[in-house]
Amino acid sequence: MEDMLFYDRMQFAFTITFHYLFPQLTMGLSLMIVYFKWKFLRTQIIKYNDAAKFWMKIFALNFAMGVVTGIPMEFQFGTNWAKFSELTGGIIGQTLAMEGMFSFFLESSFLGLFLFGEKLMGQKLHFLTGFLVFLGSWASGYLIIATHSWMQNPVGFEILENGKFVLNNFGALFSNPWLLPSYLHNQLASVITASFVVASIGAFYLLSKKHNEFGKLFLKTGVIFGLVSSVLVAFPTGDLVAKNVVKYQPVTFAAMEGIFETEEGGSEIVLIGQPDMEFKKLDNKIAVPNVLSFLTYQKWHAQIKGLNEFDEKDYPTNIPGLYYSYHIMVGLGTIFIGLMGIAAFQLWRKKLYTSKWILWSIMFMLPFPYIANTTGWYTAELGRQPWLVYNLLRTSEGASPTVSAGNTLFTLLGFIGLYLLLGMLFLILAGKIIKKGPELQNL
Amino acid sequence: MELFWYIVLMGMLGMYVILDGYDFGAGIVHLFFAKKEKDKKAVTNAIGPFWDANEVWLIASGGVLFFAFPTLYASSFSGFYLPLIMILWLLIFRAIGLELRGQYHNEMWESIWDKAFGIASLLLALFFGVALGNVVRGVNLGMVENGESAYEAHYFFLPLWNPTFSPTAEHLGIIDWFTLLLGIISVVALTIHGANWIIFKTNAELNTRLKSIIFKLNFVLLALVITSILIWHIIEPKPFTNFLDKPFLWLFPTITITGLVGQFWIKKFKKDGYGFLFSALFLFGGFASTAASIFPKVLPSTNSINPSLTIYNVAADEYGLSVGVYWFAIAIVLVAVYMFVQYRIFNGKMDDVGYGEH
Ligand code: HDD
Ligand code: HEM
Ligand code: HEM
Repeated sequence: MEDMLFYDRMQFAFTITFHYLFPQLTMGLSLMIVYFKWKFLRTQIIKYNDAAKFWMKIFALNFAMGVVTGIPMEFQFGTNWAKFSELTGGIIGQTLAMEGMFSFFLESSFLGLFLFGEKLMGQKLHFLTGFLVFLGSWASGYLIIATHSWMQNPVGFEILENGKFVLNNFGALFSNPWLLPSYLHNQLASVITASFVVASIGAFYLLSKKHNEFGKLFLKTGVIFGLVSSVLVAFPTGDLVAKNVVKYQPVTFAAMEGIFETEEGGSEIVLIGQPDMEFKKLDNKIAVPNVLSFLTYQKWHAQIKGLNEFDEKDYPTNIPGLYYSYHIMVGLGTIFIGLMGIAAFQLWRKKLYTSKWILWSIMFMLPFPYIANTTGWYTAELGRQPWLVYNLLRTSEGASPTVSAGNTLFTLLGFIGLYLLLGMLFLILAGKIIKKGPELQNL
Repeated sequence: MELFWYIVLMGMLGMYVILDGYDFGAGIVHLFFAKKEKDKKAVTNAIGPFWDANEVWLIASGGVLFFAFPTLYASSFSGFYLPLIMILWLLIFRAIGLELRGQYHNEMWESIWDKAFGIASLLLALFFGVALGNVVRGVNLGMVENGESAYEAHYFFLPLWNPTFSPTAEHLGIIDWFTLLLGIISVVALTIHGANWIIFKTNAELNTRLKSIIFKLNFVLLALVITSILIWHIIEPKPFTNFLDKPFLWLFPTITITGLVGQFWIKKFKKDGYGFLFSALFLFGGFASTAASIFPKVLPSTNSINPSLTIYNVAADEYGLSVGVYWFAIAIVLVAVYMFVQYRIFNGKMDDVGYGEH
């Protein structure tokens, strides 16, 4: 039983982590492609259309990866979390079914047209199909986060005698206070990924002295989108999601921030330190007094509950993992703001394209938004443990009763092998597209 | 409400069978009959801009199943764990086979992805037929052993096969000779269907040859269908009860037969789309007749202790199902609009789409 649950969790964690590497770029990049296309329609400068076309190639490849790794997600609720599906399907099934009906159809129908129909449709309609693809992918994010928000903060339901969760208020699923901050935060984070990718490829072209014209365009666009989204992801949205955690999952918040003991007169914010679970304290701590209280409640001396105030069986299962994930996300977020801030300043002084240091840093920043996004999700998910539906259904009660550990291990290994292959192919092919670079075209 | 969502679900699955069915068929044609580069191009151009949207019918059906019949979703997805995960893997290979082939012009690269696309399509067609077979045959719900249920009444787990390959054995497997027969019917029917789509959407040289292949395969299909109806009795003692009780259900078998028989005129059709129309009728009729024959059961029980799963004992509760109608009505209209736009813009022959060229 223990093993079974362990492999089920590993399989879910592995497949969703891999899946989400792709949608974050899909959602952010579709916005930027729409921007390039729009610029082209406004200015009729062909460079913008070429840029849109170049990114569409990466987008198509990335989208295909998102689709093939997304389908296993949809199935896995039933295959590995049958009990959970049976008990809550009437509720989370709503938002998942809506995602299929409202966004996947939209995206996939118009993506075909967007990729292959430019000649057939003319520029205006082509822009429109691009916009619809963007809309579809953002709607998909919205509905999946609505689903996820219900697991974090269940609303609009009652529990029957047989343990089933039944919906009694459809509207509540969408007015869930958890949903909007979480959605905005997540979408901005995906814009960060896309801007860093675009800026990073731009920097690469400038440094290798190829496709100079496009290098500048990509870098400039990436830096501007990157700065705006990095700031917004921290404030107000990061702040808002953190406030939700304090309010609805105080024990998670204590673990995320590494607060073992409630402090009288205000909590300090921990910058560095390693959770020590044996002695229930942080080792090698560097902290600034009272700042956390201020950030959370806007009062320097507000009291924040420490882990000591909660029952140990409700502690998040993996406190160090949660703590590190959270600190990595926030740390990277701070670095992003700093780097993009400096880059934007240099852009304004017209020195960006020749500042070697900045170009190198931006180029090597490419993987970090992915890390920040992944650790962000680990914060959310590890923070929810040991619950599947917060405070109501434990993860151990959600797994499929009849699927044995051996079978899950088999499929987990299969997924690992297959996804390694997919990841390799993706990198090789994306590398090839980037190497070839944008093509100049005459309409 | 249950009945409404049952019809919706079957309608969506039916759409899936017809639409992604032609993609699988095209894949099988690609594997066996498209020898020249030109032929292969014709096949991929015919399905290129569509297959992704077609696959969404499966995902969306999965979503609707999850939401309207959560117990069925939970029970069948965990019970058919292994074949479902394999279907997922095959779908991945089908997709990357199609998408990655054109990225390099290198013979080895191209032939690897051609094979991936073709073989995955073939196996998917087979597996979906086998899956249908498993549903009508039924499973040992609750895993009853010596008169005792080992699990809750609606859970089960099936291995891929048992040593006897018999559909009436005590310990069932996914693959037995009955489900395999349905799998083969599905392969043959979808090959015909896919070939018809290629004829419809392209002006390929291959098309004349495809017509005579369809003509020959249709005899095979006829023979297989008759065999399967004859042995239906082994699986379901009274296979026609539903049809005798509700005579209007004969509509579905009639549609099936029209589709099957009409196909024999394949070489004489004036319009290239007619063949496709008939194979679509056959698939739709066949799928609907099968579902109707076990209705209101959706997963029969093979033991006498635990009751079969029917649409009434697996459905979500009333309120959820009712609100669902509102958003579903909006969504399905939108989907129809998207499809209309898509097929309108890619109207006619697709030889020049240049799918997968980079
Ligand atoms: C580029 C990515 C990125 C960056 C730089 C940040 N985040 Fe984040 N964060 C995410 C990407 C992300 C995410 C992947 O989008 C998550 C996971 C779930 C969600 O809705 O968003 C998330 C979740 C998440 C949570 C957990 C919410 C929960 O338990 O559901 C908190 C408290 C924060 N974030 C707070 C912050 C703060 C204060 C940041 C300040 C710099 C920050 N994040 C930067
Ligand atoms: C895309 C970003 C996501 C990432 C990176 C992610 C990551 C994870 C991880 C690491 C776990 C394992 C936690 C543990 O076992 O300790 C997990 C579990 C799980 N997550 Fe997520 N998740 C994401 C999104 C979602 C969404 C959107 C949903 C719901 C719709 C969801 C539902 C679940 C479920 C059902 C489990 C299994 C039970 C559990 O272990 O909690 N996840 N996820
Ligand atoms: C357990 C949770 C999840 C499930 C069940 C799931 C399911 C799916 C499925 C079935 C697809 C393929 C759609 C198609 O064929 O067009 C897909 C793609 C996609 N998913 Fe996920 N997904 C999950 C997590 C997430 C998360 C957390 C996000 C973002 C917030 C996300 C955003 C997307 C987007 C934007 C696409 C479009 C295709 C692409 O991005 O390449 N998904 N997902």
